[in-house]
Amino acid sequence: MNPVQVRGEVLSIKQAGAYFSMTVVASGIAEQTRPGHFVAVAVGDDDGSMLLRRAFSIYQVASRGVYGGTVEFIFAAHGKGTTWLSRRRPHDLVDLVGPLGRPFTLPKEPANCVLVGGGYGSAPLFMLADALRKRGCRVDFVVGAATQDRMFGALDAKRMAASVAFTTDDGSFGEQGRVSDVLPAVIDKAHADVVYACGPMAMLEAVYAVSAAAYNGQGIPTQLAVEESMACGIGVCMTCVLPVIADDGQTRMMRSCVEGPVFPGDRIRWDALGTVPDDALGAAAMTASVEVPQ
Amino acid sequence: MSGDVVVHAHDEPTAVGDVDMTTELGRLVVPDPVFTASGCAAAGREVSAFNDLTALGGVVTKSIQMAARSGRPTPRMAETPSGMLNSIGLQGPGIDSFLSNDLRWLTENKVCAAVSIAGSSVDEYAKLAQRLRGQPVSLVEVNISCPNVEDRGQVFACDVNASAAVIEAVRRATPPTVPVFAKLSPDVTDIVSIARSCVDAGADGLTLINTTLGIVIDTETMRPTLAGITGGLSGPGIRPMAVRCVWQVHAALPEVPIMGVGGIRTGLDALEFVLAGARAVQVGTVIFNDPSAPTRISRELRAALAQRGIPRLRDAVGLAHRPPAPVVPEEPDPPGDEPFVQEPSPRVVTFEDAQ
Ligand SMILES: Cc1cc2nc3c(=O)[nH]c(=O)nc-3n(C[C@H](O)[C@H](O)[C@H](O)COP(=O)(O)OP(=O)(O)OC[C@H]3O[C@@H](n4cnc5c(N)ncnc54)[C@H](O)[C@@H]3O)c2cc1C
Ligand SMILES: Cc1cc2nc3c(=O)[nH]c(=O)nc-3n(C[C@H](O)[C@H](O)[C@H](O)COP(=O)(O)O)c2cc1C
Ligand code: FES
Repeated sequence: MNPVQVRGEVLSIKQAGAYFSMTVVASGIAEQTRPGHFVAVAVGDDDGSMLLRRAFSIYQVASRGVYGGTVEFIFAAHGKGTTWLSRRRPHDLVDLVGPLGRPFTLPKEPANCVLVGGGYGSAPLFMLADALRKRGCRVDFVVGAATQDRMFGALDAKRMAASVAFTTDDGSFGEQGRVSDVLPAVIDKAHADVVYACGPMAMLEAVYAVSAAAYNGQGIPTQLAVEESMACGIGVCMTCVLPVIADDGQTRMMRSCVEGPVFPGDRIRWDALGTVPDDALGAAAMTASVEVPQ
Repeated sequence: MSGDVVVHAHDEPTAVGDVDMTTELGRLVVPDPVFTASGCAAAGREVSAFNDLTALGGVVTKSIQMAARSGRPTPRMAETPSGMLNSIGLQGPGIDSFLSNDLRWLTENKVCAAVSIAGSSVDEYAKLAQRLRGQPVSLVEVNISCPNVEDRGQVFACDVNASAAVIEAVRRATPPTVPVFAKLSPDVTDIVSIARSCVDAGADGLTLINTTLGIVIDTETMRPTLAGITGGLSGPGIRPMAVRCVWQVHAALPEVPIMGVGGIRTGLDALEFVLAGARAVQVGTVIFNDPSAPTRISRELRAALAQRGIPRLRDAVGLAHRPPAPVVPEEPDPPGDEPFVQEPSPRVVTFEDAQ
C-alpha cells in the first residue's frame, strides 16, 4: 500500500441520522483500500487557519465506474473542521490522503466473526463484513450508539449478518444498554472465534474484557480499531501514540496512524492508556522535573 | 550579499527552469534550498511517498538523543489559529537505532541527511557528535532548545554561555567537512547575542527558529489541553516572528548562513525568509496539512524568483535589507500631436494653526 494525496470532487454529501456521509472521487485511494483503512482530509481553504487533517474511516469504495474510484466516509460534525466539511457541496474539491493505517487482518480459514460498532465506529465494519463473508466466514453484528440517530448502518448490518443485536444508551432503538452487555450472548450463540470492533476507547476496552473472558476465560482474539487524536495521519508527528506491547514483548508508545489504528486487543496496555507506563521503551529517559516540548 | 546585487525587477522574466537554486550552507552545497524541518518529517521515509526527497535540499531528522525516549503522555497536541501546539517530549529510538535504521534509509535512498541532535548536558551533545563521526551525515543541526539537567532545567538556547558550550563541544567532535548549525529558540530577549555566541563558538550556520512556548486551555475540562501543559507553538501563525529573527540575525551577522523555518506554507513565504537573509528554508508543520508541501514550495519559490527576474537564489538572499529605492520622478510624456490640455487643478489652500 502506498498512500496518495488526491484532490477530488465531492460527488455527494448526505445526512444519515446524526451523521453526514460524503463520497469523493479519489482514484488511487479507492483501489488500494482494505477494511479498516482511513483517509486524512484537509479542512478549510488552502490559506485557511485549520492546518491539521481530520481522520475518517473508509466506509465504502467503488473502484470503477464513470467517476473513477470513489471513497465514502461517515462523519459527525462536532468541531470546527468537521462542521466545515459538512458544508461542502457536490463539485467542491476536498484534499484526501489515503489509504492510511494498518487494516483489519482476516482469518486464513473460515471463522465465526462478531463485529461490534459504536456510533460512527460501525462505518468500517461493513467492508470488513463483506470481505469476511467472501472468505466463507459467519458474520454477526452488534451495533450500538448513544441514541437511535447516532446508530449507523442498521440496514447494512441486517442485510449482511447472520444476526444483529442493537443497543442504545437511552433505549430509543434495540436494547437499552451497552454493546458489551449483549456481546457475551452473541459470542455464545455464534460460537465466535474472533471479535472485531471499532468505536470509542471505553467501548473497545469493554469489548476486549468480554472477549478475553469468553469460553470460561479461554478468551478469543480481538482486532480493535482505536481512535487517537491525530495531527498528520501519515506517521511523522508522533501525536497519536498509545502504549502497545510490541512483538518483542516490550511496551512501546506506538503511532496509531501507521502501526494502527487496528491492534490486537491483548497488545493494548489498557492499564496505562493516556499515560506512559514506567516499563515503556524510553520511559526511564524522561525526567519528570524538566519540560521538553516537541 | 545584498550590497553588490542589482535587481532588474522590470527586465524580462527569467524562465522558471533557468533559476539556479543552488545554495551553500558552509561547506555543504545543495541543489535546492528546501529542507523538511526537524520533527515534522520523521526521518524522511513516510514523506518520500509524497516527495522526491533527492530533488530537495534534504531532510532534517527528528532530534535524536543517546537513549531511547518514550516521549510524553497524550494529549500531545492542540490545533491553534494557523498552527498547532505540540508537546511530544522528543520521542525517539536513541542514537544506535537511528544510525542503523533511519540514517541508513536516508543514505540508501541518496537523501541529504541533516541530523538533529538534542542533549540534556553538554557531555551528551558531545557524545552524540562523536557517534555521528564517520557516518554519512551532511550537516549536524544542534537543537539547543532543551533543558540542561546540570543547570536546574534551564534551556541551553536561553543562555549565551550554555549555548556556546554546547556548540563548541559539538564543533570539536565533528569533522571540519561537516557543517554544524545551531538551532535557536525565539524565546529570548536578544536573539542576536545568542546567535553571535554560537558563531563565536564555531557554528557554521544557524537555523531560525524553533517553536515558541504556549499553552492552550480546554474550556470544557477547564484544564490545559496538553498533558505536558506547555507546548511548542508552530505553523503560519508564528511566521512573522521567525522572519523577524532571521532579519535581525542576518543584519548583525550577514556572512553567516541561515536556514529559515517557521510557518512556511507557500513559495512566497519561503521567499520572505530568503529576502530576510535565509539561504535555505525548512518546512515543518505545513507538512501535516500538505504532505507534498516541500516539493510544491520548492517549485513555487523557483517560479517566484523567475517572475522577479532573479536568476540565482543566492542573489535574493538578504535582499530586503537593501535601502528603499530612491523615488525617481516620473518623466513627463514626450509631447505628441495631441493638443495639450491643462488639467483643472485646485488652488493651494493654507490653513490657520489649530487652537
Ligand atoms: C483512525 C480514525 C478514524 C476515525 N474515523 C471517524 C469516522 O469514521 N467518523 C467520524 O466522525 N470521526 C472519525 N474519527 C474522529 C475524527 O477524526 C474527529 O472527530 C475529527 O478529527 C474531529 O475534528 P473536528 O474538526 O470536529 O474537531 P477539532 O476539535 O476542531 O479538531 C482539532 C484537531 O484534533 C483532532 N481530533 C479531535 N478529535 C479527534 C478524535 N476524536 N480523533 C482523532 N483526532 C481528533 C483533529 O484531527 C484535529 O487535528 C476518526 C479518528 C481516527 C483517528
Ligand atoms: C510536532 C513537532 C515536532 C517537532 N520536533 C522538533 C524536534 O525534534 N527538534 C527540533 O529542533 N525542532 C522540532 N520542531 C520544531 C520545527 O522543526 C520548527 O522549528 C518549528 O515547528 C517552526 O516551523 P514550522 O512552523 O514550519 O513548523 C517540531 C515541531 C513540531 C510541530
Ligand atoms: S498522526 Fe502524526 S504520527 Fe500519527
